[in-house]
Amino acid sequence: MTGLRLPEADAGVLARREEIIAALRAIVPGEGVIAQEREMRPYESDALTAYKQLPLVVVLPSTTEQVAQVLRYCHENTIRVVPRGAGTSLSGGALPLADAVLLGMGKFNRVLDIDFPNRCAVVQPGVTNLGITKAVEHENFYYAPDPSSQIACTIGGNVGENSGGVHCLKYGLTTNNVLGVEMVLITGEIVRLGGKHLDAGGLELLSVIIGSEGLLGVVTEVTVRLLKKPDMARAVLVGFPTSEDAGECVARTIAAGIIPAAIEMMDRDAIAAAEAFVNVGYPLDVEALLIVELDGPEAECAHLLEEVSAIARVCNAATLRVSTSEDERLGFWAGRKAAFPAVGRISPDYLCMDGTIPRKALPLVLARMRELSETHGLKCANVFHAGDGNLHPLILYDANKGEMDAAEAFGADILRLCVEVGGVLTGEHGVGIEKRDLMPVMFDEVDLAHQQRLKCAFDAEGLLNPGKVFPTLHRCAELGRMHVSGGQVPFPDLPRF
Amino acid sequence: MTDVLKVADEAGLVAAVRAALEAGKTLDVTGRGSKRGLGRPSQTDWTLDLSGLSGVTLYEPEELILSAKAGTPIAEIEALLQARGQMLAFEPLDYGPLLGTADAAGTLGGVIACNLAGPRRISHGAARDHALGARAVSGRAEAFKSGGRVVKNVTGYDLPRLFAGSYGTLAVLSEFTLKVLPRPPMAETVVLPGVAPEVAGRAMSAAMGSSCEVSGAAYLPAPVAARIPELNVDVPAVALRLEGFEPSVRARRAMLISVLMPFGAVEVAEDAASAAIWSAIRDVRPFAGTGERAVWRLSTAPSAGPALAAELAETLGAEAYCDWAGGLVWLLLPGEASQAEAVRAALAPHGGHATLVRASAAERAAVPVFQPQEAGLAALTRRVKASFDPRGVLNPGRMYAGM
Ligand SMILES: Cc1cc2nc3c(=O)[nH]c(=O)nc-3n(C[C@H](O)[C@H](O)[C@H](O)COP(=O)(O)OP(=O)(O)OC[C@H]3O[C@@H](n4cnc5c(N)ncnc54)[C@H](O)[C@@H]3O)c2cc1C
Repeated sequence: MTGLRLPEADAGVLARREEIIAALRAIVPGEGVIAQEREMRPYESDALTAYKQLPLVVVLPSTTEQVAQVLRYCHENTIRVVPRGAGTSLSGGALPLADAVLLGMGKFNRVLDIDFPNRCAVVQPGVTNLGITKAVEHENFYYAPDPSSQIACTIGGNVGENSGGVHCLKYGLTTNNVLGVEMVLITGEIVRLGGKHLDAGGLELLSVIIGSEGLLGVVTEVTVRLLKKPDMARAVLVGFPTSEDAGECVARTIAAGIIPAAIEMMDRDAIAAAEAFVNVGYPLDVEALLIVELDGPEAECAHLLEEVSAIARVCNAATLRVSTSEDERLGFWAGRKAAFPAVGRISPDYLCMDGTIPRKALPLVLARMRELSETHGLKCANVFHAGDGNLHPLILYDANKGEMDAAEAFGADILRLCVEVGGVLTGEHGVGIEKRDLMPVMFDEVDLAHQQRLKCAFDAEGLLNPGKVFPTLHRCAELGRMHVSGGQVPFPDLPRF
Repeated sequence: MTDVLKVADEAGLVAAVRAALEAGKTLDVTGRGSKRGLGRPSQTDWTLDLSGLSGVTLYEPEELILSAKAGTPIAEIEALLQARGQMLAFEPLDYGPLLGTADAAGTLGGVIACNLAGPRRISHGAARDHALGARAVSGRAEAFKSGGRVVKNVTGYDLPRLFAGSYGTLAVLSEFTLKVLPRPPMAETVVLPGVAPEVAGRAMSAAMGSSCEVSGAAYLPAPVAARIPELNVDVPAVALRLEGFEPSVRARRAMLISVLMPFGAVEVAEDAASAAIWSAIRDVRPFAGTGERAVWRLSTAPSAGPALAAELAETLGAEAYCDWAGGLVWLLLPGEASQAEAVRAALAPHGGHATLVRASAAERAAVPVFQPQEAGLAALTRRVKASFDPRGVLNPGRMYAGM
């Protein structure tokens, strides 16, 4: 592990381990408490596998009441808690702490209510993202956000990270598709927000709970919006001689009033890796490849495919293929979807970054990334949710050759670059531990203090998932202090009526 | 007499809040005052006037983003977007007609603070769904930023969305960044006349559950429908809007007509007529000019809406209609009394919330304007308020008594 600071383990808690395990067993009986080292191993990291840490103990509750009791117990005894879904977080959001209970939500795996007339479903947080769609697809409905990890990741984790997917340009992120949650606070209090109606009412707390990376509460139930599947989807695969041309094509498409279901871009290295892996006929002599997908009624797809193709030609498209069958469309996607494993094949290790940039900055960012690649002596392949400016540079490295530090430094430089051009540190993977120490690049102390005080409103002792998201742990009392000096003339130079 | 602090920039905003803190005074945060009648009547010492914080600071149509200072008139923003073939997809309603204030007088800050959304809420979300970034001054007199200027961002808590619907109780917005979208080149409205509430509910559900991509779905009982001349009916009707590129709208019109076949024959309103129908529904025009008669806005499960509207009309002698495919009920009571208990009791079995949007100040002070919350959630709400505004300087009492 490189220089990452995690909150110092509480020796008192470590010393009381046996007693804590016994207390938790009284709440969650049987196999719901895992304390053997060998059995805890599968929980020692999430998908940011460079970081590993065994938890104090793993607890797998199966009812909201158990979650409430576990949290109440931990709160009363000042024990830290790390919530976990499927552990596919790419930012270390679910990384355990040595002195913390790892609260696995995998047993919350039931779909509770499917309500087609109201186009929503009520599910437990451990249901997988794809599991929701599977439960409703017999009526041609689906749950729209589609992270590439959707077979494995849970809706609770999606809420934790506000996950997106390739179709979120048109259909939104998790936050745009969740109507309500039931959540347990660290005190054990159960609160419900929203439901089958639109807008939860009161303060928009749902908006901050979604994307809160397990720091505000443990989600025990989620009401999601369901959509009817579009009649059809068709895609066009376009190769461009330069990334500028590809970027221009995206800008002009959107300026023409077209919001495609997805616009994905890959650079030369990513194209080569994907084509070598899945052989789907990607052109290899282009600098950038776009997959533009249109969905809706047949007439709309046909109309928009023509528009997009015309725009692509004006933007110097070198190759252009319109899908004529469902198989062909899926073939276009096969390469893109295999991009991560394909890169995994050509490099022992890789780091997946997740910055967002204003799209117009793409050529600049790609050029600067090539320079950075030389500086750090590491290669980098790029896949890009081009419609919304979300970059996924894949940094290739070999941990066994001691390249991890260089890879992390390269990644940090890329994210700084994203912020410099007007973008942000993370578009969909979350801050976690990975980008935690870069938060000051985007936010100053006052900005961060306002966020941390919100955390204090939910969890005054900082027991839920500490060490994630915020670069410095402040005590809530210290953050809450306010200095107001009296006696000055209030507002002397403002006009009054 | 209340003092009005009119600020011209963010530094002035910080100074104003600081002045209030130091003097132990409270602030009524206002843009151009168009929605002052919304929420609980606040008893504040000074007024903080943001109308001087005006102007679009960034508009990049290809990036789908727009930033503007909080006091920018929403009409100015919409005109700018329209000129580039774009729009605020959440279709913010104008409370002017209902509240009897000037039309189209609202500001960006007000639209966000009230999380306004029109008929397109069902397909494109509310103001909060388009919130990307904010600069604001909290009740601690500190300027801070959150979110960003790109459409996809999960860096830190999503405070811009939290500010949507906070009625200025957490922080004073100084600048806000929104996602904007292309304006559909074509829109038309399919009208299904002569349907009872129960049938209307099922018809809207069938339409919404089809792949027709309906972007407006309303149920208008006879007296309400009659006040929207473009509907061209004097019987209860369901109105369904289709928007998009012409070939797509044509295809979906045919599809929708066949989906609605079991419910009856339809008529189609095009172009200007269609636009007029939805602006009337959005701005609650059927209830305009009814003086101080109490008006409620109920958000509930869509399938419950039409029957709930009919029940309330019947038992309270009220008028009601539904937007949001049934999920939004606008309720006009026969008199000035808000009948809060009866309204909320009728809503309770279906879930959701009821907000008293128009009533005399006395009535709004006497009953909970916003849906009362369970104890745990109410306490959490107060802690969140205190985290931004520990001294309760900003719009105290506007949402909940004592907060
Ligand atoms: C191959 C691969 C591809 C991916 N592709 C995408 C993609 O396309 N788009 C995308 O957005 N992400 C993607 N991800 C990232 C990841 O899958 C998502 O972040 C996902 O939402 C995590 O879900 P999870 O169930 O695995 O949650 P975990 O990893 O277990 O947890 C994620 C966070 O949520 C918290 N959490 C989990 N459950 C709860 C709960 N019930 N209550 C409160 N907090 C909770 C955790 O504490 C943690 O902070 C990908 C990951 C991999 C490995």
